[in-house]
Amino acid sequence: MPASVSSTRNPFSDAATPAVGVTIDDLCKSFGTFEVLKHVSFHVPPGEIFVLMGPSGSGKSVLLKHIVGLELPTSGKVTVDGLDAADETTREKVRMALVFQAGALFNSLSVYDNLALYPREHQLADEAGIREKVMRALQILSLENAANKFPSELSGGMKKRVAIARALVMEPQLMLYDEPTSELDPVMSATIAEIIATLKEQYHVTSIVVSHDRDLALGIADRVGILMGGQLRFLGKPAELRTPQDSRVADFLNPQIDLQNPRFKQLETQA
Amino acid sequence: MKLLTDALEGLGSTLLLLARALSYTRTLPRQFGRFIEQCYLIGYTTLPIVAILSFFIGSVLALQSGFAGKDFGAKQFIGLLVGVSMSRELAPVMAAILLAGRVGSAIAAELASMKVYQEIDALVTMNIPPARILVLPRLAAVAVMMPVLTIVADLVGWFGGAIISKYTHFIAIEPESYFATMRQYMHFDSVLNGLIKAEIFGFVVVLVCCNVGLNTRGGPREIGAAVTRAVVVSLILILVLDFFVTRVLA
Repeated sequence: MPASVSSTRNPFSDAATPAVGVTIDDLCKSFGTFEVLKHVSFHVPPGEIFVLMGPSGSGKSVLLKHIVGLELPTSGKVTVDGLDAADETTREKVRMALVFQAGALFNSLSVYDNLALYPREHQLADEAGIREKVMRALQILSLENAANKFPSELSGGMKKRVAIARALVMEPQLMLYDEPTSELDPVMSATIAEIIATLKEQYHVTSIVVSHDRDLALGIADRVGILMGGQLRFLGKPAELRTPQDSRVADFLNPQIDLQNPRFKQLETQA
Repeated sequence: MKLLTDALEGLGSTLLLLARALSYTRTLPRQFGRFIEQCYLIGYTTLPIVAILSFFIGSVLALQSGFAGKDFGAKQFIGLLVGVSMSRELAPVMAAILLAGRVGSAIAAELASMKVYQEIDALVTMNIPPARILVLPRLAAVAVMMPVLTIVADLVGWFGGAIISKYTHFIAIEPESYFATMRQYMHFDSVLNGLIKAEIFGFVVVLVCCNVGLNTRGGPREIGAAVTRAVVVSLILILVLDFFVTRVLA
């Protein structure tokens, strides 16, 4: 275990779970001629909650996919616990869980089986042990009554909570969240924020959260990054967000509704 | 040129998928439930339509042979003709075509849908290889069920030919005579030949449909396009392979 990595007990297992760090090193990604990420670099130390914000289409989700190896860099490198994220074997060595924006639940499986799939496939416990882990995760997310339902029977918010519960059952060392509070009511958004913060405080899980939610960033982040146009425009403590130096960042964080001179009309004029 | 590069790319990714799926063969015993489920979908649900079509193909073969052979006394060989045609060619090809249309399209649609709605990505992040839980059980199931479907197609086709031969006035051959000719002149090689073909066709259809589904990109519209592509490629491959396999086995 690297010296910088600390460990604690995981809620779902007796084994110590070391958190892992993530390093993004000069990452560039292009789809055809369109550059999505331009020389992005930052480091997330083990156990940190890092919130990545930015306007839609700025490359936040693409960056997350690089961390789990679903996308390969055009140039640059992403390492998780010192291991190349593009290497398939990294997923075998580091337990990473990605909570997808739309949930990505297995539609042909019940909620219970969605959660039980990972421990079953990796033979982590017998069926009684798996049941215990699954029901504990469902209980944390207040989903006990949804165990036998299918994803098609759930609301958008419930799907998101099931996706988080599924990630929890994986006993991850690194949790990645893609817009975890979108489509949720304010109370459920706060609950999700509390869950993310609890995982850090009690179980020392490293979390990288992609979100538009400024309250979430200010409430739980250890550090915040703001990605605009594929470039990292801000990297710092949440408190620094209150007085950003960059005018584009300031406009993104505190957009003023200007009925006299609306933005869409400015865009029309520019076009 | 693009067609050629697409074809080579498709061939490469299909072979890679096959290699990946086969590398997980040792996990098959603990995927027994999935294997049985796929056997049910591939074999049991396809069986009725295979039986119905085989009956009528055997019947038409007998009818056409009787019509052609009645003027020069060749109608006593109808049993042999139906037997050899069904077992060497029509049963395996027809079972494979039905497999592509009925099961292959469903496989492509299911996997393409899983890909589009990020379920495949979720599996990958959970370090559960799609080749292991989605492809391998289907390949194992088709390897077991294709010979069963082909044998059923053979038997029902022969039986259909026998019934038509008896009740058609210009043929009028008793089943005893029909099957006696078949037994006398037909060799087991013909049946074995057809089973080998069916095994190859079934394996190729399932593999191609899995590969097309897993490589789908885009939105819901791409699911439909993936199904069409999977079925068309499967049908072309069945007929092209039919020639080469027949040539090799001959």
